[in-house]
Amino acid sequence: MVTIPVSHGLLLAGILFMLGLVGVMVRRNIIFILLSLEIMFNGAGLAFMVAGSCWGQADGQIMFLFLLAMAAAEVSVGLALVFQLYHRNNTLDADQISTMRG
Amino acid sequence: MELLWLIPASPLAGFLVLTLAGSKLTRGVVSAVGIGSVGISAAAAVWVMIAFLRQKSAWNIFSQTLWTWLDVAQLKIAVAFYLDPLALVMVLIITGVGFLIHLYSAGYMARDEGYCRFFAYMNLFVSAMLILVLADNLLLLYLGWEGVGLCSYLLIGFWYQDPANGYAARKAFVVTRVGDTAMAVGFFMIYQHLDTLRISEIMSKAAAAWPVGSSLPLIIALLLLGGGVGKSAQLPLQTWLPDAMAGPTPVSALIHAATMVTAGVYLIARTHVLFNLAPLAMNLVAVIGAATLLLAGFSGLVQKDIKRVLAYSTISQLGYMFLALGVGAWSAAIFHLATHAFFKALLFLSAGAVIHSLGGEQNMFKMGGLWREMPLIFWTFLIGAASLAALPLVTAGFYSKDLIIWQSFASVHGGAGFYAAALAGALLTALYTFRMVFLTFAGPVRTPVTHRPGISMTLPLVILAALSLFAGFLEMPETLGGVHLFSRFISGSLPEIPIKEGLEHLEGIFEIVSGVVTLFGIYFIYLFLQRMPGLSPKLSTSAVGTFLNRFWLQGWGFDWLYDGVFVRPYVFFGRMNREDVIDSVYDMIAWFGRTGYSALSLTQNGQVRTYAFGIALGVAAIMAMAVLL
Repeated sequence: MVTIPVSHGLLLAGILFMLGLVGVMVRRNIIFILLSLEIMFNGAGLAFMVAGSCWGQADGQIMFLFLLAMAAAEVSVGLALVFQLYHRNNTLDADQISTMRG
Repeated sequence: MELLWLIPASPLAGFLVLTLAGSKLTRGVVSAVGIGSVGISAAAAVWVMIAFLRQKSAWNIFSQTLWTWLDVAQLKIAVAFYLDPLALVMVLIITGVGFLIHLYSAGYMARDEGYCRFFAYMNLFVSAMLILVLADNLLLLYLGWEGVGLCSYLLIGFWYQDPANGYAARKAFVVTRVGDTAMAVGFFMIYQHLDTLRISEIMSKAAAAWPVGSSLPLIIALLLLGGGVGKSAQLPLQTWLPDAMAGPTPVSALIHAATMVTAGVYLIARTHVLFNLAPLAMNLVAVIGAATLLLAGFSGLVQKDIKRVLAYSTISQLGYMFLALGVGAWSAAIFHLATHAFFKALLFLSAGAVIHSLGGEQNMFKMGGLWREMPLIFWTFLIGAASLAALPLVTAGFYSKDLIIWQSFASVHGGAGFYAAALAGALLTALYTFRMVFLTFAGPVRTPVTHRPGISMTLPLVILAALSLFAGFLEMPETLGGVHLFSRFISGSLPEIPIKEGLEHLEGIFEIVSGVVTLFGIYFIYLFLQRMPGLSPKLSTSAVGTFLNRFWLQGWGFDWLYDGVFVRPYVFFGRMNREDVIDSVYDMIAWFGRTGYSALSLTQNGQVRTYAFGIALGVAAIMAMAVLL
């Protein structure tokens, strides 16, 4: 069985994380921002998995289960907020929803 | 004797009733409370006097402790009253003259809007003044002292709609405060060195602790003199009194002639032991008195406003009292204080009746011919004026002032210079007093009489006129019967004055001289104003005459001097510092806060993506630091 080197796995996790981060920063649609956030979660989850398999321990997989649960909760709350925002502002453009300006 | 507490308490109760419930009371009730409370006080004073005089042994000093006021470590101050002959004389003057003036005010102020307020302040004043003279310790005395100052301020500015009255009130308050500060420092020094504020203890301890002529009593005496000079309007703090005439005339009579302004004389007499220990301070008292009586006499000579003449004459007569104190003629000073209270109150009240009848006219040059129009006022005014000018034999003013003139020479502290000043002052007094009489009552009628004073105004005048004539018989020189009732009575508080050797038999000659001077003054002003009426305008339009007229009219330019030296620089600095230099430091802190806030608030632009970018940048920075460091 061919094992994937840890560095490859971490690299993939980093790329996923950066993709997500860039998505959060450049996307203006809130739905896409949420999607990018999920990608960042998965990047972090993948890092846990790789680290777990590297050390031969189950901790990484357990952390990933936690992460999945949290991501599900986050998405449900996040979508509810998005729904409310759209209801009030009639737009999903994050730049236009800037009423919290200091 | 046990009723002593009632004397100051009754006017205080009157004040409280009038202040708290005044707006709901009718004028009749206000008069009853206002006059009645002082009446009760006067009756209690007479009762106490009878009890005091009927004591079997020598006149014992009576003291009454009401309650403890302060009790902090060693400092124990009681609210206690102290009755000795000096205090009793003052109490009788204050309650007696005060009662008459309250009675008069009921008529004088009848149509005033602030009727209730007026009586409330007057009652508070009487109460504070009584606390001042009855106080057993210096702190209680100070309470009364500041109380009368406050009432003086309130009553000078009584007609507060006119800003000039408010200015006069503030001036009186601030100028007397200068003296009061010195006096308070004196009190602190007394407590520091003698560990007590009780007057009787101070006097016995001071005499035991300090030799005559040492520096501590000198400093303390000078500080106390500062307080006396401020309150009694002596040089150099005399400028407030002429302006204090802005108040209603009964106020001028009670506060700025009969009672409050004599507080300085009372203070020095009360602390005479300290002054005896400091011959230099005594001398200064006499010099201040002599200078003041001359300065004020000259100023009185050219005034146009009848109340200002009386104000300057008050300063001048207070100068006589200071002169008497300074040469050690304690009893003569207090005797003149008493007779002055009677005749000056009489003069002010008579002048008030004149002003009232002429519809508020105060300029003497617009009065005239009133002796036919208002004979009663004319006679009472004439009696007061004669007493002020010390018309020989028949008036109280003669006996008291003559005593001072005589003792300014004959006392061991006296001298020819003081005598000359006193005699010149007597001439000036006769001149300005009868100038006022002739201008007001003689000659043609210049302003018609609009209304006439009622019984509540004339009755006090008659009583005061009687006192101005007969009070002098309490104390008569050896050559005229040798009655010494007053000085024997007051000797219970104040020592008798030693006379220079070999002068005893000269007293008669001195009396004749001062009597002749007074009569000459009256005759001269009669000639000047009545026989040669053309001379007066000729004199006042000449170059020297114009200058002196203006110079004296403005009280020797003291107002101008103080305005230039103190008021203007103060106002200038005030204006410079309007933004408050110290405050700018704190303003700077506020500026930093505000600028920092507006800079940082730019980052809060409400754009989620910028925040995310910021967070990412921050994380990157932290990670870079973790890697690099």
